[in-house]
Amino acid sequence: MTSHMSSLSAVNPAPANPMPVLLPFQLGARQRRFPTWRATLLHGCGIVGLGLVIAGTAHAQSGPGQLSAIGVIIKWFPLLMSGFLFNVLISLLSMALGTVAGLGLGLGAISHNTLLRQVAWGITQFFRNAPWLVLLFFAMFMIPFQFTIFGTTIPFPDWVKAVIGFALPVMANMSEIVRGAVKSLPSGQWEAAESLAFSRRQTMWMIILPQCVKRMIPPWMNLYTLVAMATVQASIVGVTEMLTLIAQVHAAEGGRPDLLAPLYGFAMLCFFIYCYPIELWTRRLERRFHLHQ
Amino acid sequence: MAAAAPVTQNEFGWTPDQPLIRLVDVHKSFGSLQVLRGVSLDVRKGEVICIIGPSGSGKSTLIRCINALVPIDSGTIRVEGQEVNDPDLDKLALRRKVGMVFQQYNLFPHRTALQNVMMAPINVLKQNRKEVEVRARALMAKVRLQGKEDAYPGQLSGGQQQRVAIARSLAMRPDVMLFDEVTAALDPETVKEVLVTIRELAEEGMTCILVTHEMGFAREVADHVYFTDKGLIVEHGPPAEFFANPKDERTKAFLGQVL
Repeated sequence: MTSHMSSLSAVNPAPANPMPVLLPFQLGARQRRFPTWRATLLHGCGIVGLGLVIAGTAHAQSGPGQLSAIGVIIKWFPLLMSGFLFNVLISLLSMALGTVAGLGLGLGAISHNTLLRQVAWGITQFFRNAPWLVLLFFAMFMIPFQFTIFGTTIPFPDWVKAVIGFALPVMANMSEIVRGAVKSLPSGQWEAAESLAFSRRQTMWMIILPQCVKRMIPPWMNLYTLVAMATVQASIVGVTEMLTLIAQVHAAEGGRPDLLAPLYGFAMLCFFIYCYPIELWTRRLERRFHLHQ
Repeated sequence: MAAAAPVTQNEFGWTPDQPLIRLVDVHKSFGSLQVLRGVSLDVRKGEVICIIGPSGSGKSTLIRCINALVPIDSGTIRVEGQEVNDPDLDKLALRRKVGMVFQQYNLFPHRTALQNVMMAPINVLKQNRKEVEVRARALMAKVRLQGKEDAYPGQLSGGQQQRVAIARSLAMRPDVMLFDEVTAALDPETVKEVLVTIRELAEEGMTCILVTHEMGFAREVADHVYFTDKGLIVEHGPPAEFFANPKDERTKAFLGQVL
């Protein structure tokens, strides 16, 4: 019997997993940790490639005795970067302002007070369903350029108004993120807190919101990248940010048509390099929170 | 009998010789669905009451009414004399007297087991953190979970989570504990560890109201068993009698199916 078995297994050795189809599907560690070195390398190559295409086109078009597109970008690099940093600043301030306001609005939208809830819901829907550019114009022309309170004059330069203009849609979207996250928690959490005599306010701040933070971070980061990219719209209303500076640089270089693509391509690249890692990080967090739910 | 102990009244004129919980003709509907159609029952201090019955018979709603998680339409519910069906109900006063444990445990997943037990006494009752911690650790030991104090709910088994939930509720020092099908979501092996904990509580004299499908447990531990069907209490009695000779046809049919 034994010899028979051994001869059989010698002819037909048992595979390591007799029926791999039946094994639970598992992602390998390499697949699960999202931005692997390989992926990052691939993206890096893409960016460099894009840069080369832009530079190549520009170089082919630049005439003799003229500064190449790369040369122009290098020459104006500090100025363009200061413009880009201004975009970043506007986006960060709008995000901060909009997040705080949106948190309040979102909490209002789930309040037990009917009037407060309806007002908050109305504001949320109104600002969520308006084009961002319209809201920007709205902020620009509705807010005076200065406020005088008790004899002190507080100036409101255009860029501050732009910050408020971008904070409005952030607020409305944040409100929905908060409302959605709170609603997504199982009702048992509320019941347990209630039966332990926690007040509604305590339940919200100590039990519900701490659990919601995790759920809110990915959509909140996503919202941030949208704001960061939207800040270039401020150039339309006269804020001197990156896009405005690019137009000025272009004019200063004699308005050469061959510089248009490289200059705007450079702006695209700056935003891509800034926003894409945030996007990757968001996706990684989403995946992680999903796995640990 | 010796001379009667001095009878002390609480703020609601209730004395310990009266039923701790008294329900009289409680009605509750969800929309057009009548869930409770006139339920009356009394629970005395130290009693263990089991409520059994088919699903949808209003058992869970019944005990949720007692701590005002579900408002009732008509009737009276008194807990130590405090009227629960009152628009100006002092919910804090009620809920510190009534502890509740749920089928799905409902632990707070962002806090450790010990923090779950400590949260309410510290934040609701404003008790001293050090004293609460000593008591919370003792409660964790009581439910046989020493060493699990720093575990998060997600790291514990269902039975362990349910025992943390019991400890969390006990930390408020309630006078009565409500158990809403607390073993229904558990694996058969872990049901026992939770039932042992509840039995110990009952033996210490805690007043307990359980909605349960554990007939064996009801028979052994309960002082009184209630059978509900379609929003009414059909039959009740001490378990020995109730299980041995059910009178009502519906009780007989139900027991015939589950025993």
